[in-house]
Amino acid sequence: MIAIDFFYLLVGLLFAATAVMNLRDRSNPRRFTTASFWGLYALVYLVGERLPPLAAGVLMVAMALVAGLGPVRPGKALALPEETRRASAARLGHRLLIPALAIPVVTMIGSTLLKDVQFGAMPLLDQKNLTLVSMGCGAIVALALACAITRASPLQGVREARRLIDAMGWAVVLPHMLAVLGLLFSEAGVGKAVAEITTSYIPMTSRLVACAAFCIGMALFTVVMGNGFAAFPVIAGGIGIPVLVGVYHANPAVMAAIGMFSAYCGTLMTPMAANFNVVPAALLELPDKNAVIKAQLPTALPLLGVNIVLLYFLM
Amino acid sequence: MHTAVNLWPLLGIAVVVAGFLLRAHPVLVVIAACAVTGLAAAMSPAHILESLGSAFIKTRNLPLILLLPLAAIGLLERAGLKEHAQASIANIRSATTGRLLTVYLFVRELAAAFGLTSLGGHPNMVRPLVAPMAEAAAEARIEARGGRLDERLRQRIRAMSAATDNVGLFFGEDVFVAFGAIVLMQTILRAEGLEVDPLHMALWGIPTAVSAFVIHAWNLRRLDLRILKEAGARQ
Repeated sequence: MIAIDFFYLLVGLLFAATAVMNLRDRSNPRRFTTASFWGLYALVYLVGERLPPLAAGVLMVAMALVAGLGPVRPGKALALPEETRRASAARLGHRLLIPALAIPVVTMIGSTLLKDVQFGAMPLLDQKNLTLVSMGCGAIVALALACAITRASPLQGVREARRLIDAMGWAVVLPHMLAVLGLLFSEAGVGKAVAEITTSYIPMTSRLVACAAFCIGMALFTVVMGNGFAAFPVIAGGIGIPVLVGVYHANPAVMAAIGMFSAYCGTLMTPMAANFNVVPAALLELPDKNAVIKAQLPTALPLLGVNIVLLYFLM
Repeated sequence: MHTAVNLWPLLGIAVVVAGFLLRAHPVLVVIAACAVTGLAAAMSPAHILESLGSAFIKTRNLPLILLLPLAAIGLLERAGLKEHAQASIANIRSATTGRLLTVYLFVRELAAAFGLTSLGGHPNMVRPLVAPMAEAAAEARIEARGGRLDERLRQRIRAMSAATDNVGLFFGEDVFVAFGAIVLMQTILRAEGLEVDPLHMALWGIPTAVSAFVIHAWNLRRLDLRILKEAGARQ
């Protein structure tokens, strides 16, 4: 079976390579802090579940301190000059698109056609992480195709991956750490506290106020938690079911659908949804880490208004 | 109020908000929020570290989507994928940044609505293909009038490319019946004693999905007008 652990190992090796390459890069004035940051992250993937929880917690705090206090900096850029890349693009043409498109194609084949394929009693792909494992296979197929088309070695692929990881820096771990914070929030009962406050202090005396409180509550709570899935149970349980369905007899399907979309408006507006908003800014090498959020505000805010109106008339 | 709910963990949210407003280092803000939330919920420091550690290991599948394609994408970039994407789009004379991104928005949202959420994404589509094409379309337009694409507008176009991917994904996937969000909503409503057909939830999502497309396409049109103005100003 192709299990997710195989890809954890690959990512661990990639981070270890990033650490070693940075350590040996004398042009980087922060090579020791940078290398220790990626080295620590490599441990999370290489040792993984064998790490005792306490040690993993200490490791996470250490990573955060290294990233926050001793800057993590990219090493020297090893990119080819633009002229060379242009010549190569002219020579290879549309063939360059094949590996890039192989990733989604293999992911789709894996998660649909190969879903139920079995070897003996074992499924071919890890059933619990079907999409991720399919995508991992897609990435390996894409790397093989890219090596064949560009006549480069897989080691060059690792060097290029290190260049991209370096360019993103600590933004790579932000979504991971925010997910941890989200789990801690739910363990500490933050959701219950928010529901308590919203339901006790907002008067749900008119239908429109209730609709607005529900949609805005979803969006705001998502802004704070960074994830609509965390907001939905709290606000649906606090306002949606008791007030909209209970008092105003809303259709639960409408309440749920528009509620979740209101939460997504919140996702577009928050740095807490780092993998959608902060990581792409780093990936596109934008100096302003909030540039993507700023580009999304003119869509998210009017859409939230539209949601309130739709809920009012459809529920 | 006759409340037994502990409100102190809300301090964790306050730390997050204050941290982002003060523009502190986001990673440090997260750690500080973890510490405050844990202490406010009367957890011991060792207990907090253990909770953080087990959650950190449990959620390490999250960064995989970002990390796995990097080696292949990096190699293709080295071989000129961005330059190829830019050269191809510059040849289509009717292509503008806004129209290109609107087509991408349409395809992304529709594909996601049919469950094909992996057709897109920031590392494997936006960085190597969509953003370079959007930039090249604007460059072709401005350079045709003898100007140069200025850095601020270039960054705006890149940010808009990322935003378009997000909007298409979010408001498309929730219309797909087998998507996680629909399953989550059904489970939660069932726990509250409400039985809801997943198909109905998906259908009632369509008005918002259409509105999202219209509003974002309109914003993309505004981006086109801004590029046109920039081109005109340099004439």
